[in-house]
Amino acid sequence: MSLSASQRFTHRLAPWALPVLLLAIWQLSVSAGWLSTRILPAPSAVIEAGYNLVASGEIWTHLAISGWRAGIGFAIGGGIGLALGFITGLSKWGERLLDSSVQMIRNVPHLALIPLVILWFGIDETAKIFLVALGTLFPIYLNTYHGIRNIDPALVEMSRSYGLSGFSLFRHVILPGAMPSILVGVRFALGFMWLTLIVAETISASSGIGYLAMNAREFLQTDVVVLAIVLYAVLGKLADLAARGLERVCLRWHPAYQVSKGGAA
Amino acid sequence: MTSLKQQPPHLLRGIPLGVQNLKKAFGTREVLKNIDLHIPAGQFVAVVGRSGCGKSTLLRLLAGLDKPTQGQLLAGSAPLADAREDTRLMFQEARLLPWKKIIDNVGLGLSGDWRAQALEALEAVGLAERADEWPAALSGGQKQRVALARALIHKPRLLLLDEPLGALDALTRIEMQQLIEKLWRQHGFTVLLVTHDVSEAVAIADRVILIDEGSIGLDLLVDLPRPRARGSHRLAALETEVLNRVLAIPGSPPEPEPFSPLPTQLRWAT
Repeated sequence: MSLSASQRFTHRLAPWALPVLLLAIWQLSVSAGWLSTRILPAPSAVIEAGYNLVASGEIWTHLAISGWRAGIGFAIGGGIGLALGFITGLSKWGERLLDSSVQMIRNVPHLALIPLVILWFGIDETAKIFLVALGTLFPIYLNTYHGIRNIDPALVEMSRSYGLSGFSLFRHVILPGAMPSILVGVRFALGFMWLTLIVAETISASSGIGYLAMNAREFLQTDVVVLAIVLYAVLGKLADLAARGLERVCLRWHPAYQVSKGGAA
Repeated sequence: MTSLKQQPPHLLRGIPLGVQNLKKAFGTREVLKNIDLHIPAGQFVAVVGRSGCGKSTLLRLLAGLDKPTQGQLLAGSAPLADAREDTRLMFQEARLLPWKKIIDNVGLGLSGDWRAQALEALEAVGLAERADEWPAALSGGQKQRVALARALIHKPRLLLLDEPLGALDALTRIEMQQLIEKLWRQHGFTVLLVTHDVSEAVAIADRVILIDEGSIGLDLLVDLPRPRARGSHRLAALETEVLNRVLAIPGSPPEPEPFSPLPTQLRWAT
């Protein structure tokens, strides 16, 4: 029994062994002078930079503004994508009218619009939120549309013969049936959300994590640059965890999400 | 009107079903031609026929899932469409919504406080203790029992069964047949069971109707007392009669050959 407990402990630690080893090598090579701090600062320097930013409280304003931009952009883009997906998924006419146009716009890399967006909105918040919204719209649209289209018609027929129609059919059958696909869209969209925000904040901003990184670059503060990158990684991981949590709640019924305590975390 | 016989009073809850001059065509292909049928309230009717003979189409028309090309469907003297709420269909697959707990599947389409009723319906099919599980946790036969509970909770007066036992193993099939028979005797609804299994048809039904190329080829009363002993001589004779008629297609009147050496469990391939 105790053996299996210690085994479990080893299993839990195993994924961390490689990162810890790499960090140790990194720290060692900077301390030994093999690696210039101009190229890569020591992990300890990054932690120190982080501590200083936390102590001055500066980091929270940057985090808050980045999170706000990401959240608003995601809400707007995701909301529009979801609505468009419902329209094209539920009505033949909606599909005929909208789908090919949306697909056309989708194929334009949204970051290619940055010059135009700056001309339209200047460099203030609207431009960044617009870009994030644009980046998150399409993955959610596409997956919502496909989710609805792939619902088993036999289930819809059964539900209709049991008296469901209109909104009750949507609520009990179509929405939950499309949910697995919609949540895949959400996860894609969260990835695009951070990517877009990083680019947008790097190009033009006076606050936010991207700004923190660009500003630090001006002053050759490589430790802050690395810290900003680490922050993006952490935020990305948090968003992913949130999406997984959402899946676990919304897809409890799905065999793939039951008893799956183990597996990839 | 071979089958108008006196029904016991407790079976009169069902819908008396009338089918007049019914035709259904998909494009130029006529699937049903001139079906005329009268089914008294509470009768248990099995519809058999080769695959593609139109038996499932007949059921879908009765369920209102398709519209007839011509002809009338009546519940008593009123159109059957007015009795939509009293008609329930069980499909070949259980068609449970995988994202709803079993009890919520049973209560699908109901409003108000239906949970006690749903538990009662699940109790009737012997699955009350599984009420709070997901459908994915059930076996095929259990799923069909939930589908049966889902149909029964609406207190149907006409129950349409579209080969609901087709995908089940032999033992589960017999259990389900007995369960359906028991519930039918309790509730007295009219039943139309579409099946490709002749032995199932004669074992469970009051009357077996054979559909052959879109019209009624045979209308046979199974006037045997219940509970019926499986494998009894008279069941075997009736089964043989139906099978002979089916296998003789195209054939004129059935040649009575009640003691042919056909095995009782023979089903023809579909």
